[in-house]
Amino acid sequence: MKETVSSVAIKKEWDIVGARQAGRQLSQELGFGSVDQARIATAISELARNIYLYAKEGEITFEELYDLPKVGLKIVAKDKGPGINDLSAVMQDGYSTSGGLGAGLPGVKRLMDEFDLVSDGEGTKVTTIKWARL
Amino acid sequence: MSSLQTDMQDYKDLLSKYLETKDEAILYQAEQFSKQSIQQNISPDEIVNVHYQALKDIYPDLHEQIEGSFKFLIETMISYGLAYQEHQVLREKQIELKSEIGVAANMQNTLLKTSVPKTNAIDIGVKSVPAKEMNGDYHHFIKDEQGNVGVAIADVIGKGIPAAFCMSMIKFAMESFSENQIYPQWILDSLNRVVNKNVEQGMFVTMFYGLYDVYTHQFYYASAGHEPCFILRNETKEFEEIDAKGLLLGVESAVKYEQLNTSVFEGDLIVLLTDGVTECRVDGRFIEQEEVLNIIKEHEHLNSQEIVDHVFKYFERLQDFQLRDDFTLVVMKRNTSLSV
Repeated sequence: MKETVSSVAIKKEWDIVGARQAGRQLSQELGFGSVDQARIATAISELARNIYLYAKEGEITFEELYDLPKVGLKIVAKDKGPGINDLSAVMQDGYSTSGGLGAGLPGVKRLMDEFDLVSDGEGTKVTTIKWARL
Repeated sequence: MSSLQTDMQDYKDLLSKYLETKDEAILYQAEQFSKQSIQQNISPDEIVNVHYQALKDIYPDLHEQIEGSFKFLIETMISYGLAYQEHQVLREKQIELKSEIGVAANMQNTLLKTSVPKTNAIDIGVKSVPAKEMNGDYHHFIKDEQGNVGVAIADVIGKGIPAAFCMSMIKFAMESFSENQIYPQWILDSLNRVVNKNVEQGMFVTMFYGLYDVYTHQFYYASAGHEPCFILRNETKEFEEIDAKGLLLGVESAVKYEQLNTSVFEGDLIVLLTDGVTECRVDGRFIEQEEVLNIIKEHEHLNSQEIVDHVFKYFERLQDFQLRDDFTLVVMKRNTSLSV
């Protein structure tokens, strides 16, 4: 079981693109199809934009998962921002983030296979995994 | 997955046939394919990908630029896919809500059920139809031990579920009154206190309450800001307005309602209604009250239930079968000695 970890710091809007780029490269290497690559990239955008908009600073960490015959990509978005008060409200469809047009966290959950969210006064941590259908 | 794979194969076959023949029949099959995909909750980005994969299979030497353009298109479709899925979820929620409201409306009908009293003295007809599922109008009959008939007709300012809650409260308050206390003034005084105490500010109820004394043929009535009601006199064939002064229920805690009475003669017809009847709008104009009364007059020879049914049918048609407001109409006709 080989696992590699890499991460991208999010401080400015431009870093969102960097995070997408890193995620796409990894998902390509892992053998994800073009739609899944696009989904992963969109999920990364959402997570990184949330950091940029609400916490100002944070990081996105990527981890390749080899649970053969499955391979997957684990993405962790972590920040030390104000945290989210009402988690179930945020996870409801129609709860607008990023100015109402973002897919929001429910969108991220749909785009990925596994999703977990922890938030308190110390910050927010979203952990999410996509498995490749090989 | 396997179903998507078969769909994939179908799509590829359809696409290559179409590219060869440009046949309309195949376009029709494409339409069927899209309907089937919607049924299987396949999102638009998925379809674009199916197209891309099919194209690559049909033309293995697909130009690199074209391939790139499809990746670009898939990327732009992802958010549409999400919006589509969200839409599906909200649609299911809406269906759920609708069925819950349906259950609530049924419950309201059961709770607010009132039976029309049978008496030799008068013939009563009633029609109450909500504009939406929950009725904000209310009517209620009471028959006391002596056989006198009390009738209430009410309208909550405001519609839907809050109005329905308010109505249930009024009904139970009325049921708790003793059968010997059915004089209009007393009832409205008491109900006003109940509404004032229990209902949030900003929700008001209008009510017209009448008591028909079957021995003296006096009709006692009081009104809490309700529409005036009418009596069609058999002798003159003219309508007389019956109205009493009074504030809407719930506005102030201590209100004394005015109670009046009028003699009812054989063949006279008492008409109680809500503003859904007199304010029904057609093509932007309000129907004149006279129009309502004319319809009643035209049918006054029928029995009371037939009269209200006719009036309702007339207005339903006038409003293109889509009521804008709750409709409640009660007609009470004093029987002539011949018809008893």
